[in-house]
Amino acid sequence: MNGPTHHHPVSCGGCCTQLAHFGVRLGSATILEEINLHVHCGELTAIIGPNGAGKTTLLRALLGEIPFRGDLQFVHSGSDQQFGRPRVGYVPQRIDLDTSAPATVGDLFASVSQRRPLWLGLGPRQREEALCALGLVEAQPLLRKTLGTLSGGELQRVLLALALHPMPDLLLLDEPVSGVDQAGIELFYRMVSELRRHLDLSILLVSHDLAAVARVADRMIFLNRRVLADGTPAEVLTSPLVKQVFGMEFSGMEPGFVSQLPEHELCPLPAPGERS
Amino acid sequence: MNLWHSLIGSLPFDWAQLEFMRLALVAVLLAAPLYAVLGCLVVNCRMAFFSEAIGHAALTGVALGTLAGLTDPTPAVLLFSALLALAIAWLRKSSALSSDTIIGLVMAGAVALGVVLLSRGGGFNRYTRFLIGDILTITPVELAHLAVLAVMTLLLWAALFNRLFLSTLHPVLARSRGVNVWAVEALFSVVIALVVAMSIAWIGLLVINSLLILPAAAARNLARSTAAYLGFALLFSFLAGVAGLIVSFYAATATGATIVLVALALFLLTVPFRRR
Repeated sequence: MNGPTHHHPVSCGGCCTQLAHFGVRLGSATILEEINLHVHCGELTAIIGPNGAGKTTLLRALLGEIPFRGDLQFVHSGSDQQFGRPRVGYVPQRIDLDTSAPATVGDLFASVSQRRPLWLGLGPRQREEALCALGLVEAQPLLRKTLGTLSGGELQRVLLALALHPMPDLLLLDEPVSGVDQAGIELFYRMVSELRRHLDLSILLVSHDLAAVARVADRMIFLNRRVLADGTPAEVLTSPLVKQVFGMEFSGMEPGFVSQLPEHELCPLPAPGERS
Repeated sequence: MNLWHSLIGSLPFDWAQLEFMRLALVAVLLAAPLYAVLGCLVVNCRMAFFSEAIGHAALTGVALGTLAGLTDPTPAVLLFSALLALAIAWLRKSSALSSDTIIGLVMAGAVALGVVLLSRGGGFNRYTRFLIGDILTITPVELAHLAVLAVMTLLLWAALFNRLFLSTLHPVLARSRGVNVWAVEALFSVVIALVVAMSIAWIGLLVINSLLILPAAAARNLARSTAAYLGFALLFSFLAGVAGLIVSFYAATATGATIVLVALALFLLTVPFRRR
C-alpha cells in the first residue's frame, strides 16, 4: 500500500474511518458510549458538544492515548478492500506547545522525519519533504523561523503541515484556532477546507467556535457521551436539542468557503511510515 | 596522559605545573559537555527540581554505601540515584500528585534518611566533603570512569535526541508519532541521576545542579535554534569550567562553587540579549 494518493480532486468515496460501538470508560465513569460513525475521506466532520461531552476524550482515544472499547477501522478503497487502524495525523492545540524552547520549524520537522540528530540539520531529502508539506499551507518561508517568533496562525499552519507529513488516513484537529486572530482563523480554515478536497483527507475537527466551524464543515456531529445529532451543520445547529444546549439561534447560515487559493503544485509526500 | 601532562605542563602558569590541576582540568573538560547537553534537556523538560533532588538525595547513597562497608561509596550512590530516578518517573506516571509534589516528598524523605544514617554517633562532619566536593582529589582511575560515563551518555543522547526533543515539546504529539515518551524520559532521568551522582564527590551536592542549569539557561537567552542552543551551552559550560578551576586555584576557594559563580556571571551577561 502506497498511502493515499493526492491527485484526484474529487472525493474517492471508497475509503473511510469506521467507529463501531466505540466507547471509553475512565474508572467507573462512562465518558463515551455507543459511538457509531463513518468518517469518509474528503469530508470534514466537526464535533461539537458542551463541556465535558467527551470531545477531547474521543480524540485522545483515536490517538491511542487512552484505551477504548469497540472497533476502530480504516477501510481502504480500491479493488481489494483492506482493513486496519487508521494512521492518525494530529494537530495539537497550539497553546500546549512549548514555544519558549529555542527551536526552529526545521528542527520540528527533523525531529519527526529523521534519525540523524536534528542539531546536525535537516537531511537533504527531509528538507525537501518538509518544504513540500509547508508548501501545502503556504508556509515555506517559515522553515528557518524560531517557533516562538511565529504568530498564532502561522504556528497553527506549521502544525497542520507537520500532521500531513507523512499523509495520514485521518486528520484530527483539536481546537485548532483557539487564540488565533480572526484573519488567521479564516486563513486556517480555508486551507483545511482546500486540503480536504485536494488530498482526500478525512478530517475530524473539535471546536467551540460554532459559527466558524459551521461554515467549513461538511458534516456536524453533536456529541454528549453519545452521538445526539448527525447531519449537515445547518441541520444540526437548528435541531431543538442543540439550540437548547447552546442557547442560541443560527439563522442565515453562511455558505461554505469559496476556493480562493491557487491550485497547489502537489508534490510527492513521503509514503506513510517511511523514515530514514 | 603523559602527552597531556607535558603539553599542559609547558604552559607558563603556576597551576599548570601541578599534577592535580592537570587531572582536574581533564575532569572539567570531560564533564563540561555532559553538563551542557543534559542541562539543555533539564531546562527544556522543566526538570530543574528533579536534578536538584537527585543531587541532594545522593547523600543517602553515601550513607548506604558507608553502611554496606564500602570505602568508596560511589557505586552505592550511583545505584541509589538511578533507582530514585526510576521511582520518581514511575510515580509521576501513576500518581495523581503533581510532579513537584512527588519530587519534594521523595527528596525530603531521602535527604532525611541520609542525614539520620550519617549522623549516627555524631560523625556527620566526615561527610561534609560531599556537600562541597573536591575536584582536586580526582584520580586517574576516577577520570577513566568519568570518561566512560561521558562517552556512553553522549552516544545515547545523540541517538535519542530527536525523540527527546519531540517529547519535551509536546508529549501527546510525540506519542502520536510513535515515541515511547515515558521510556525515553525515564531513561534520561536515570542518565541525569548517574551524572549528578558521579559528580557530587568532585563538585559538591550543594551546587551541582547549578552546573546543569546555568549554561543551558544562558544559552537559551541567546539561541534561536536547537543547534545554537546546544552550541552556546557547550561554550558556556567549557568557559565556566576552565575559568572557575583556574580562579579557584589562585583564590584558594572550593572549585565547584567557583565554577558555578563564573557560570552565573556568564548567565547574567546574556540576560540583556534575551529574545522577546
